[in-house]
Amino acid sequence: MKWYKVCNQEDLTIKTSLTIKVGELTIAIFHLTDGRFMAVEDRCPHKDGPLSDGIITGSTVTCPLHNWRINLINGEALPPDCGCVKTFKTKIKDDDIWVEL
Amino acid sequence: MADKKNSKGRLRRLVMIGNGMAGVRAIEEVLAINHDLFEITIFGAETHPNYNRILLSSILSGEKTIEDITLNEKSWYEENNITLHLGKEVTEIQRGYRKVISSDGTEATYDILIIATGSTPFVIPIPGVDKEGVLTFRDLRDCDQMIEASKSYKHASVIGGGLLGLEAARGLMNLGMEVTVIHDQPELMNMQLDEVAASMLQKELEAQGMHFKTACLTKEILGNGRVTGLRFNDGTELKTNLVVMAVGIRANTALAKQAHLHCERGIIVNDYMQTYTDPSVYAVGECVEHRGKTYGLVAPLFEQARILAYHITGQGLKTYMGSEVSTKLKVSGVDVFSAGEFQVVAPAEGEEEKETIEYIDRGGGVYKKLVIDGDRLAGAVLYGDTADGVRLFQMIQAGTDISSQRATLIFGNPTLGDAGHSGIDLVANMTPDTIVCGCNGVTKQTIEDAITKEGLTTRQEVTGCTKAGGSCGGCEPLIDQILASVLGSSFAKAEGETPICGCTDLAHDYVKSMIRRDSLTTVAAAMATLEWKGEGCRVCRPALNYYVQMTFPDQAQDDPGSRHVNERLHANIQKDGTFSVVPRIYGGLTSPEELARIAKVASEHQVPAIKFTGGQRIDLLGVTKENLPGIWKALDTPSGYAYAKALRTVKTCVGNQWCRFGTQDSMGFGIELEKTLERLWTPAKLKLAVSACPRNCAEASIKDIGVVGVEGGWEIYCGGNGGVRLRGAELLCTTDTTEEATEIIKAYVQLYREDARYGERTSQWVEKTGLNNIKAKVVEDTENRAALIERLEEAIEASGRDPWENLISNSESQRPRHGLSFKTLTIDGEVAER
Repeated sequence: MKWYKVCNQEDLTIKTSLTIKVGELTIAIFHLTDGRFMAVEDRCPHKDGPLSDGIITGSTVTCPLHNWRINLINGEALPPDCGCVKTFKTKIKDDDIWVEL
Repeated sequence: MADKKNSKGRLRRLVMIGNGMAGVRAIEEVLAINHDLFEITIFGAETHPNYNRILLSSILSGEKTIEDITLNEKSWYEENNITLHLGKEVTEIQRGYRKVISSDGTEATYDILIIATGSTPFVIPIPGVDKEGVLTFRDLRDCDQMIEASKSYKHASVIGGGLLGLEAARGLMNLGMEVTVIHDQPELMNMQLDEVAASMLQKELEAQGMHFKTACLTKEILGNGRVTGLRFNDGTELKTNLVVMAVGIRANTALAKQAHLHCERGIIVNDYMQTYTDPSVYAVGECVEHRGKTYGLVAPLFEQARILAYHITGQGLKTYMGSEVSTKLKVSGVDVFSAGEFQVVAPAEGEEEKETIEYIDRGGGVYKKLVIDGDRLAGAVLYGDTADGVRLFQMIQAGTDISSQRATLIFGNPTLGDAGHSGIDLVANMTPDTIVCGCNGVTKQTIEDAITKEGLTTRQEVTGCTKAGGSCGGCEPLIDQILASVLGSSFAKAEGETPICGCTDLAHDYVKSMIRRDSLTTVAAAMATLEWKGEGCRVCRPALNYYVQMTFPDQAQDDPGSRHVNERLHANIQKDGTFSVVPRIYGGLTSPEELARIAKVASEHQVPAIKFTGGQRIDLLGVTKENLPGIWKALDTPSGYAYAKALRTVKTCVGNQWCRFGTQDSMGFGIELEKTLERLWTPAKLKLAVSACPRNCAEASIKDIGVVGVEGGWEIYCGGNGGVRLRGAELLCTTDTTEEATEIIKAYVQLYREDARYGERTSQWVEKTGLNNIKAKVVEDTENRAALIERLEEAIEASGRDPWENLISNSESQRPRHGLSFKTLTIDGEVAER
């Protein structure tokens, strides 16, 4: 596992997301209203929709394809749907967002 | 006082007398609002946990067991730290000491008391009612006794030909008994049905083997010890070994009366469900009388439960205003529905006589009657085919103007979801594994299970729990039917009052009025002022974003975070995460240069697929997000808004410029309309068409606005839909000039923008509002028309410039950073630290 620098935290405003590509993997990083940065694989467990394009409310993102709701804290889909997306650790160091892969 | 107690760290004590459906629902609502507010104690006179009383008849018929109809298991009470005293009837309330005492001496002190004692069946006071074998039909014990009796006896009789009586009779027949129903009125179910429907029902039940003795009073129950027969007022007698009394219910008020709480027919409560006499005592359910009315159906009682929960948890925002009740029932396999004033009585002095529209198919077992008062629907009775009940009930409640629908109203409103109104209850004939919601693959069984296990009563709850109806909405009528068939009673609620979503209890219209009143110009301000729960969701946030901008086009701020990605990126997301690009091609009229340019762009950017759309334009499919700005720039056309709740296309036929039949310049007018209305946000997508003659090649009759050229003018149609909900457009008006047609269309669009709920297509909106209403505001009242047009012009002014042009002309750094970033950062591992 390694930490990767993503971008300056100023570059990601609240309730928005960005995506980073590391090899084959695309990761979506979300800035929640409570200030936390959450990183998950940018692939809905339902039909691979890009979660980074979803509407963010609280700690939930709604997939733009079929409205599955994913809890960004643990990666799990909210009922009635069932599924899980991979989550990654994040941290802030010197105003930069880092993600552990 | 309550505060002092809280400061000592003790929870307030909530005690409830009664463990039935309405009361427990209130407790559930309280727990959902705040789990840790009360220490809860419940007394139940029966020995079972809370069960679904509506399904008692299915216990009798052996279809279900007590486990099947139990709503809250004992474990539920334990998990929620509720002290449950089962089989203990509360015999005294000492209001002075805030204490209740049960039959075995158990005491409980309360800060808040809820009385939910329900009702008891009325027993007619005639000689012999105390004999063995005389029962009522109210609880599980009654069911057990009936099942027991059926093992030794053959003849049963039911006194009372209402719903409960007929259910009991059907249950006893299923147990193998010979059953006679005795009813004091000439017609069965005279509270819910008119004469014709009642006679059809009686005929059907007789065919099933049930016997009837109507317009007949029971004078005496005969027998020595056990009942052996009945004697009637006409002197005749009937042999019977079992008598079930089902002549109605009476609110249980004895306990409340003894505690000197004001009671009439029920315990009197105010709009917060608080008793008249003592503010720390509340009442809910069948024992309650509110504004002179008592209720016995589940939907109003659950509404009361919700209001009660709000008030005792300190969120006294909502009040109970009483419920309009409709009846949608299944009686022995036959669907019946009634609502409003369905009995036509002689008019009072000075009143107009009500009219009726009737449809009878005795062979097919279908009967429909609509009672019409002027332009409004006053009441309705449906027998055999009740698919339309919910819609009719909403029209009755909303006072919808039905004058334009008179000719077709009785035939229902076919949509793809409930096609085939032929006296067949679609839902009843579905096998459990039939897919009800085609978008989400939800079966009938899944929905039924969710309704019974989760105690759902509304379509919104079903959608929240199962996703059925959550996508195109075409199956909503079917979900309503399933709800009706499972709950067996009214669940309908007027759309207007339904909360926007789970994030609020407020309905669309109320939210709109508050946005205007309090000058709320951002989504965040609206959510804060209207006490939204959490940060909203993908349902309410886009609605709020639309409402603030529609109301204050100049001042409101758009919130990209409250838009679906399509409207944020001005492209249409596809299943693989790529996007489609649809350039604006006004009126579908293009040129060699434009075509060549599009072809060149597609070829240079290696667009994987190109398709002509149904709206006479070109769809470039499979464009990655990174490539969007480049393609837009090369195309050099405005956005076609093929992704938005906005004007999509104006479809045109070639018109009098080429066509030998054309009477008008349809292409010219179509292009003008498209240029006028483009970039306006609307409640839902908006599709227009202009045809140059009544051959209507542009298919204007299934568009939100359809214009048809005739010799010397235009006909303007509105409210059509050719998609999920097929509906022919209706004639709004005819104009002599293109200028006037433009004015009418502009005013109509603005009225729709202001009046419709977010997400509501014009086809639904026109039906809800009534064509005459719209005509009055748009066509007849020219002053109002001018005002509407003025407000539309303001919105057009505020809509700014083309979004594609906007996005490409701003450099990446000037653009808002979030959501509109078209790039993915690539990280190659070099920047890693330990």
